Amino acid sequence: MTGESSLATRGPGVHKPGRTGPAPEQIQAVPLRRPGRWCASAVLVFLLVFLIQGWAANPRMQWETVGEYLFAPAVLEGLRTTLLLTALAMSVGIVGGIVLAIMRMSPNPLLSRLGALYIWVFRGTPLLVQLLFWYFLSAVIPTIGLGIPWGPTFVEFETNALITQLTAAVLGLGLHEAAYMAEIVRAGITSVDEGQPEAAQALGMTRRQTLRRIVLPQALRMIIPPTGNQVISMLKTTSLVFAIAVPELLTSIQGIYSRNFQQVPLLTVACVWYLVATSVLNVGQYYLERRFERGTSRNLPPTMLQRLRKAIPAKAEKAVEQERPS
Amino acid sequence: MKTAESVVRAEGVHKSYGHVEVLKGIDLTVAPGEVMCLVGPSGSGKSTFLRCINHLETINAGRLYVGDQLIGYAERGGRIHEMRDKEIARQRRGIGMVFQRFNLFPHMTALQNVMEAPVQVKKRPKGEVREQARQLLDRVGLADKADSYPSQLSGGQQQRVAIARALAMQPELMLFDEPTSALDPELVGEVLDVMRGLAEAGMTMIVVTHEMGFAREVGDSFVFMDGGVVVESGDPRAVLAAPRHERTQAFLSKVL
Repeated sequence: MTGESSLATRGPGVHKPGRTGPAPEQIQAVPLRRPGRWCASAVLVFLLVFLIQGWAANPRMQWETVGEYLFAPAVLEGLRTTLLLTALAMSVGIVGGIVLAIMRMSPNPLLSRLGALYIWVFRGTPLLVQLLFWYFLSAVIPTIGLGIPWGPTFVEFETNALITQLTAAVLGLGLHEAAYMAEIVRAGITSVDEGQPEAAQALGMTRRQTLRRIVLPQALRMIIPPTGNQVISMLKTTSLVFAIAVPELLTSIQGIYSRNFQQVPLLTVACVWYLVATSVLNVGQYYLERRFERGTSRNLPPTMLQRLRKAIPAKAEKAVEQERPS
Repeated sequence: MKTAESVVRAEGVHKSYGHVEVLKGIDLTVAPGEVMCLVGPSGSGKSTFLRCINHLETINAGRLYVGDQLIGYAERGGRIHEMRDKEIARQRRGIGMVFQRFNLFPHMTALQNVMEAPVQVKKRPKGEVREQARQLLDRVGLADKADSYPSQLSGGQQQRVAIARALAMQPELMLFDEPTSALDPELVGEVLDVMRGLAEAGMTMIVVTHEMGFAREVGDSFVFMDGGVVVESGDPRAVLAAPRHERTQAFLSKVL
């Protein structure tokens, strides 16, 4: 295994002693003509322009209404709730997923079966049903108390006071997510080479130290990309909680268009905000993955800014080259 | 309990996976400062035996002592008790192991790899450990690679870091599990040189290897295993020159 960098320096280094004359002439090949590509591109560009122009110029789209409501306080408040809900539900999901994954991999047969049972139930029933279930919990369990089972109760709460719409939403989304996260975490942990925990244990590390210092950091590299997908998916899935009337982005939007009947412009507002939020998350995911790639690839991928800087002069150079007379 | 005139003492060690018996009664002792070369065809149980010594594998019968300690079990009141994870970990501290596939921690630099166990297991101060780790990397000839990640190192360099990592725990015994088998031929020498230096410094070593030259020059004893038993053992020069058992003869005629 030689590093790319050393290969690169070795290449010319080996040839140096033998090189006496001028540098060899670089091949200047005439580029192949690709008429198929040009035709396909032209058709696609035409269709795209046609669609966008039609959409943008359609007076029924009411773009001024879109602009009017894009920063409306109710919409921004809904967006805030959506982001909060995403963060809380993902936190529940990630913590629950790690616990479930460790349960499933435990040598204790009861723990591992319970973990599997949880995943079976929560992955096997629709999320919408689970949300409604938490929302209507008070119908089955009117009060929740703290005390000794079959003995005295010390404190008692009304279920409706404890499980608000928001907590029902966080519970529903988070517990459902935990079932999926458990499989992601488990896959990450099993992907770590067997020799790694062996080497750690041979050095005298305990199982707990091995998991924390050696296995989990390496598993994270495998866990982060699918978790990023889950976060983005969760951001959009939060819209399901309109069913239990949590005032998040989609619910707020619906509230507005049920009064002014401007459905399409307002749904466009929702799409714009969902796209903005997922784009921000995409960038975050890129940098997180880059951070955990340390040590595994020889050269880190460039940051987005570095890529941008690289792309601009490259294009400029190309343009200069094309202008050159042949 | 006997005093530690031997570093390793195996008495009738048996190991089986289900119905497959891999070790069928191994008896041997390793004296302090001895370099024992364990040789045999693949599937002979030599690697398995090595892994039993630091309890990466549990034995099914017999006794295995390192120093005066029974490995992996506690003997109290005439009964054998299973050991807690922490106690097993403590026993492993004094036993260094080097693997065929290096098994360096890929998310840590060479220096961090060497520092990890003294800091995490022995809870020694980082500054002091860093100093010691740099000296160890210097000893294996990699002082300038301290900040490289394993993926940036050649196989031979990775294996030398792995040796430094094991030495950082100041073990009394080093186990080598085919340390050069995964290396390109031109990289084997640099790893064997480090091992030769260790042997000269008086380290007790058990080396599973196919490098007969190393066994002849550095080994104090030579153990040939086949089918889960020790077939022949003795002085490496004597065994390699004139193997007595026909299985040893057959094996050596193929590798020499």
